[in-house]
Amino acid sequence: MLSKPDEHGKYGIYGGKFAPEVLMTALEELEEAFSRVNSDKSFRSELSSLLSTYAGRPTPLYLANNLSEMSGAKIYLKREDLVHGGAHKLNNTLGQCLLAKHMGKKRIIAETGAGQHGVATAMAAAVLGMDCEVYMGTEDVERQKLNVFRMKLLGAKVNPVDSGSKTLKDAINEAMRDWVANVENTYYLIGSVVGPHPYPLIVREFQRVIGKETKEQILAAEGRLPDVIIACVGGGSNALGIFYEFLEEKEVELKGVEAAGKGLETGDHGASLCAGTEGVLHGMYSKLLQDEHGQIKQSYSFAPGLDYPGVGPELANLAESGRVKMDCVTDTETLSAFAILSKKEGIIPALESAHAVHYAIEEAKRRGKGSLVVVNLSGRGDKDTFIVAEAIGDKN
Amino acid sequence: MTLEETFKKLNIRNEKALIGFVTAGYPTADATSEIADALIRGGVDILELGLPFSDPIADGVTIQRASEISLRAGMNTDIYFDVAAGIKGVDKVCLTYYNLVLQRGLEQFVSDCESSGIGGMVLPDLPVEESKPLLKICEGYETDLIFIIAPTTTAKRMAKILDAAAGFIYVVSLLGVTGTRDTVSDTIQPLIKSIREQEVSVGKEVPLAVGFGISQPEHVRTVCAFADGAIVGSAFIKLIEEELDSRNKMLQRIENFTRSLKAGTKIA
Repeated sequence: MLSKPDEHGKYGIYGGKFAPEVLMTALEELEEAFSRVNSDKSFRSELSSLLSTYAGRPTPLYLANNLSEMSGAKIYLKREDLVHGGAHKLNNTLGQCLLAKHMGKKRIIAETGAGQHGVATAMAAAVLGMDCEVYMGTEDVERQKLNVFRMKLLGAKVNPVDSGSKTLKDAINEAMRDWVANVENTYYLIGSVVGPHPYPLIVREFQRVIGKETKEQILAAEGRLPDVIIACVGGGSNALGIFYEFLEEKEVELKGVEAAGKGLETGDHGASLCAGTEGVLHGMYSKLLQDEHGQIKQSYSFAPGLDYPGVGPELANLAESGRVKMDCVTDTETLSAFAILSKKEGIIPALESAHAVHYAIEEAKRRGKGSLVVVNLSGRGDKDTFIVAEAIGDKN
Repeated sequence: MTLEETFKKLNIRNEKALIGFVTAGYPTADATSEIADALIRGGVDILELGLPFSDPIADGVTIQRASEISLRAGMNTDIYFDVAAGIKGVDKVCLTYYNLVLQRGLEQFVSDCESSGIGGMVLPDLPVEESKPLLKICEGYETDLIFIIAPTTTAKRMAKILDAAAGFIYVVSLLGVTGTRDTVSDTIQPLIKSIREQEVSVGKEVPLAVGFGISQPEHVRTVCAFADGAIVGSAFIKLIEEELDSRNKMLQRIENFTRSLKAGTKIA
């Protein structure tokens, strides 16, 4: 493996376990349990059966003809928006819920930003018969009402978090506080490749399926690997999920797209890799948005899943080594890609994924005919219709 | 005086240590100096001065709220050290989160601690595994890195922590975050006992102070029956919160409360 963490859970200088002492034993147990089940045939087959019969995998790799014609290069969409629940998040929550069950835990807690991870956790907990509580910033509760209602329908308890910036980072803080208090019976199901070791590793392993399928599908369709793979980056789970299988295929360029929000120069963005500095947050050493004293800054993006002032340590390491190239896209650019994909292909993308779609269209124009571009369409946009309506309304 | 000397001195007087925590800059930076003086008049042995962080994952609502207010009022690491340096006549410990230490630079932070008379640092998100770089720097200064032991800490981890420990050990009395509780957790006595046993087996003795949920004189008395000190935090913040309208009344109540807590540390 090209990007394996060392014994301290570090990827280069990034990662590690900067967690309260109360949690250290639980993290050690989690690491052992994960390495046990990850090589266990019956666990793998149980998970793989859930992924195919419940989650709807494999997801299609769709050649977006109309979009390609408009742009130049061929654009393929990896349709993670078709996973049950409407995003790639379920790949991870099914894996971790099953892991929790194997560890004998009965109660699942999770944080959520856009609500997609919360919904996916609620689904996995429901199907595997576990109790579920989800922490969500009050600002996100407001922006993503539909997902809040879905979580409740799925039997989860949603706990609004009113501290700090009232978004994803504060939901993570609160979930960690819950875990500290209930570590003996509770499993904390982190939704992205962030947090203390072994979470970044666990989440990446459960999301790898995206890239594995993509590789087989593109080879079947085109007889060769793509020239570039593009994914949006908040914490980084859909990006690492699709990139990982291609890390050693040097001819395949890997590009991550962060939220430039209102523009990097305004300070209102979520671009931890493009504009952040090194530090420790949520148990990991990574790239963060912070002031000169180390206080964490409020991130911004109209896509709640990208509204996070940190990023996964493995991705930080891959970006530093140059294997993954990072760029960022503003709210306004995203909005235009959101409209184009909806009208040209009949697919309403999640605002998070629409960042990657915008970048892919530009990339396809630059590269022209004969090139192959793959985009991870990590989620569907039903949840975002109100945000988009408001954004368009503001303009008119 | 080093922290360990303070514990020794108290021991000779048949006393345990009362460690009082307040968030620096709550409600304002000048209030902190006056609040510290009230604690000192009340007899606090060690003042734990919190440098607030935007994302305090080990803290309950009371200290979270105080941290937010302090930061909004402009508290930062530079001001913190100025405030800390101005507080005299008591041992001081800094409680903060690792990112603030990292961003100042490890050596600069420790050196600023030393020159402000801060004898120790408690960093709830820096476990022993990640502590090597900072420990190495502490060797050159009179500021100790204070480690935490929790009810979930295994014997193996305890041995590692004891090996690195200096000043005192912050024993977390319960599974949870900071905040007042009605009773002292009954896990604490067996936990102290197993740490002492571990101390014997590694041949190193470090004072043990118990914190989290200790908020009443009775709690202090209970804890001091078997530990070397008691740490009270959220109860002070709550008291400050209640008296934001009257500085004099606030200071008087802090002094009286400290005195009543301190009484619980004296062995009859």
